[in-house]
Amino acid sequence: MSVSRRRFLQGAAAAAGAVMLNTLSSNPVQASAVENFAGHPDRFGMLTDTTLCVGCRACERACNRANDLPPPEKRFADPSVFPEERKPSADAWTVVNQYEAPVLGGSPVYRKVQCMHCEEPACVSSCLVGALKKTPEGAVVYNENVCIGCRYCMNACPFTMLAYSYDDPVHPAVRKCVMCYDRIVKDGGVPACASACPVQATIFGKRSELLEIARSRIKNNPTRYVNHIYGEHEAGGTGWLYLSTVPFENIGLPANVGKQPYPEFTRDFLLSVPVVLVGWPALFMGLNALSKRREKLALENKDGEKK
Amino acid sequence: MSVNYRGLIRPGAAIAGGERSWIREKIFLGQSTGEYLKGLITPFNIIAALIFWVGIPVMVIRFAEGLAATTNLTDSNPWGIWIGFDMMSGVALAAGGYVIASAVYIFGLKEYRPVARAAVLTGFLGYLLAVIGLLFDLGRPWRLPYPMFVSLGVTSVLFLVAWHVALYLTTQFVEFSPAVFEWLGWKRWRRWAIRIALGATIFGVMLSTLHQSALGALFLLMPGKLHPLWYSPLIPVFFFVSSVAAGMSMVVIESMLSHRIFLNHDDAEHSKKLENITFGLGKAASLVLFTYFWLKIIGVMHSNTWSYIGTPLGNWFLVEILGFVLLPSLLFLYATRRRSVGLVRFTAVITVIGIIMNRLNMSMIAFRWDMPDRYVPAWSEILITVTILTFGLVLFKWIVNRLPVLEPHPEYGDDH
Repeated sequence: MSVSRRRFLQGAAAAAGAVMLNTLSSNPVQASAVENFAGHPDRFGMLTDTTLCVGCRACERACNRANDLPPPEKRFADPSVFPEERKPSADAWTVVNQYEAPVLGGSPVYRKVQCMHCEEPACVSSCLVGALKKTPEGAVVYNENVCIGCRYCMNACPFTMLAYSYDDPVHPAVRKCVMCYDRIVKDGGVPACASACPVQATIFGKRSELLEIARSRIKNNPTRYVNHIYGEHEAGGTGWLYLSTVPFENIGLPANVGKQPYPEFTRDFLLSVPVVLVGWPALFMGLNALSKRREKLALENKDGEKK
Repeated sequence: MSVNYRGLIRPGAAIAGGERSWIREKIFLGQSTGEYLKGLITPFNIIAALIFWVGIPVMVIRFAEGLAATTNLTDSNPWGIWIGFDMMSGVALAAGGYVIASAVYIFGLKEYRPVARAAVLTGFLGYLLAVIGLLFDLGRPWRLPYPMFVSLGVTSVLFLVAWHVALYLTTQFVEFSPAVFEWLGWKRWRRWAIRIALGATIFGVMLSTLHQSALGALFLLMPGKLHPLWYSPLIPVFFFVSSVAAGMSMVVIESMLSHRIFLNHDDAEHSKKLENITFGLGKAASLVLFTYFWLKIIGVMHSNTWSYIGTPLGNWFLVEILGFVLLPSLLFLYATRRRSVGLVRFTAVITVIGIIMNRLNMSMIAFRWDMPDRYVPAWSEILITVTILTFGLVLFKWIVNRLPVLEPHPEYGDDH
């Protein structure tokens, strides 16, 4: 008897939960932000091997042209930009930074910086209008036509890689690398930066294959590389992967992003919402009934005393 | 001012005014146009007019030239005081609306009825100001209804906030509407509005629980950016519990100010009632703050971040939770024991400062604390915030002088 009752309650709870989850994740693309989603097997990624990068900034120029961005203040070949650690901006979706690397006896390390195209992006889960999406191809893309400009995504991004065109009063928008989405959906298409790189420091391919390549590079040359592929697990895994000679922290890649996919940080809270939605009215109606009854009893007592 | 208020409640005066009587009675407080305009020249109005005179052009520049021209927002610090102060603090301080409404309409604590309407009005205006602030902050504010009707991002905590704030603003208007209908003399409408009061209140408490905590839950996605002493999985609970204390303290302060400014009759009975309400709220706030204090301690224990206490920001954290949470909790208790109304009110001010401090710490001071590029608001951001606040005060004053908020309407009595 007790077992069957428990079963019944479990069933009822599960059914109620399923209905609520369904409502919460009614959009199939966004569902990946709420649930543990293994990802599309053939999704693309990028691999940047910082040991190969020579700091020529050809990728910056290619990105600028491919995305019709405004011309830069200094020519792309000008190395005088390097003393400052730059960040991608609304007008430059990728930048190459120079880092000191004492272990290499004075020769610096260069790293290309841009959106990491997380496997389960914080920005996608944070967007209240679904303007940001993780595509099956692996790119994290942005739809300017629905964005209201709350900029929650920019704060949510563990790498702080999103930019906003603050100076545009009429059509301000979030700007970031979209892995040249329009190119990669076509057969044989490669993002502009990867195709422009003269030394193939940045390459494009299926993420699973890039991981294999990265692993074999480390294995074949263990003294050249730190034994870690940055992005394999960081923030739940990123589409952009990095190899390095020096610790990743030294080349501006944060060590504090953990391995947990970011949408999980808010999942428990989101799941508590239906509990309040259903539970509170019942609870407060009950409390109200109690206080009414108490009032009535008090009144009756008074009447009784009078008699 | 009280003369003005009595102008409203003098029945029968409308007949004498003839055709212009409605405007004269309802808007001009029973005075002629000339009298009314002359009466507008008060220190308060002059200061407000000056602020509008400076602030409104800057508001125009914000829209004409964009966020870059008027704010210090950057790609690394995309949220400034319009979010940290107007939204985060504004919504917390507006919690008095649901706290008092639930005490009166759900728990049947009728002794709080005299402050209920003012609390709901303050709550409504608080949310209204937060939303107005948001209009300046959003890149494309004309798309405000998008999360409701155009493109629904259901996995976002901010999606909840948007829906709940919109619904709650409507709910608070419904809760306040009996006063509007009494002012307009629409008796049937008023009856209906009162009938749905309980439902509206419960709906309001539900929405408030969710969006007060959801405002905190926004920060759950920023574990690497918020200082470890402030970051905790319990942030939603912190925000909800502290909003209750903030709401109670705001009602204490607001009822004192309204009593002094708007009602200048020496009604001993009214003063006595207000004192008892103040003590009740003080006692309750003491308990809520004490709970909040221990929750904060549990939060630090849970994340085991004690090692940060010795750092400058750690000291600042101690100032917040000892000086502005634990201390007011104990002061409230002491003041209610000693029956000192003044001390309860003083403590309420400390509590409110503490909650604002917390919201600013969360969104600015302890946010991206270890980064070189810190956000400091531009003068134009502060000016726009001050202008919005002034607008709120003017609106509050305008409504309180006309509608039966602080005192029951003579025709309807106390049955709201």
